Amino acid sequence: MASIRVTTEDFDVGAESAALLADRQGAGGLASFVGIVRSDAARPITALTLEHYPGMTERALARIAAEAQARFALLGCTIIHRTGTLRPGEQIVLVLTAAAHRAAALEACAFLIDWLKTQAPFWKKEHWPDGTESWVEARADDDAAASRWERRA
Amino acid sequence: MLDPRAAVGYPPSTQCGATALITILYFAWLRERAGCGEERFELPAGVATVAALLDVLRGRGQGFAQAFAHPRLVRCAVNQVFAGPDTALRPGDEVAFFPPVTGG
Repeated sequence: MASIRVTTEDFDVGAESAALLADRQGAGGLASFVGIVRSDAARPITALTLEHYPGMTERALARIAAEAQARFALLGCTIIHRTGTLRPGEQIVLVLTAAAHRAAALEACAFLIDWLKTQAPFWKKEHWPDGTESWVEARADDDAAASRWERRA
Repeated sequence: MLDPRAAVGYPPSTQCGATALITILYFAWLRERAGCGEERFELPAGVATVAALLDVLRGRGQGFAQAFAHPRLVRCAVNQVFAGPDTALRPGDEVAFFPPVTGG
């Protein structure tokens, strides 16, 4: 039901969408979220390195996907998360959800990315123009975003 | 109280299957501060929970003390499932320590 990949390779949203829909009879909506390496004036990073916990990552993503399948009327979903060093503008993560109707697809997509951010063992290190590096700190609003789904369990 | 230094460099026992070896993994800045990504570690007698293991690791020197200085910023998984301070440890377990996750 769920297709899950952790990879250093880039992904093609169109190809992944087509693959998800290929054998999903009855799909009426496809929702997607693509996370991108951001660099701006306030935070002018030159690169981002993503580390993860091989084994636990795949288990956590499978568990999150199973939870989404149980909560929403999903026909299928795809989660791809990249690791390694990525440059600004590069794609980091893809969440695709297919359902008969838009509400399930959109809500499941939001649920998956919110939960992924707080439950999957990935860590980001930022690289700065002066050559220094720093680990990204977890954000309280990510926890808040994930916790809004708890009331709906 | 246990002497935490008793755990430092203590060679794994080779006697009669009496070992209580676990694997410990460290990630992100915990790995950098500890100076170690993965190790085999013999659980000292009486160390049966995550919290007790943390007490032992904190006493292994400056790097480990710094890595574990702020318990609020340390997460743990036992056998690849999130665990709490009271989670029990058994020989053969895979125990991982890491900061709060920042993926997505």
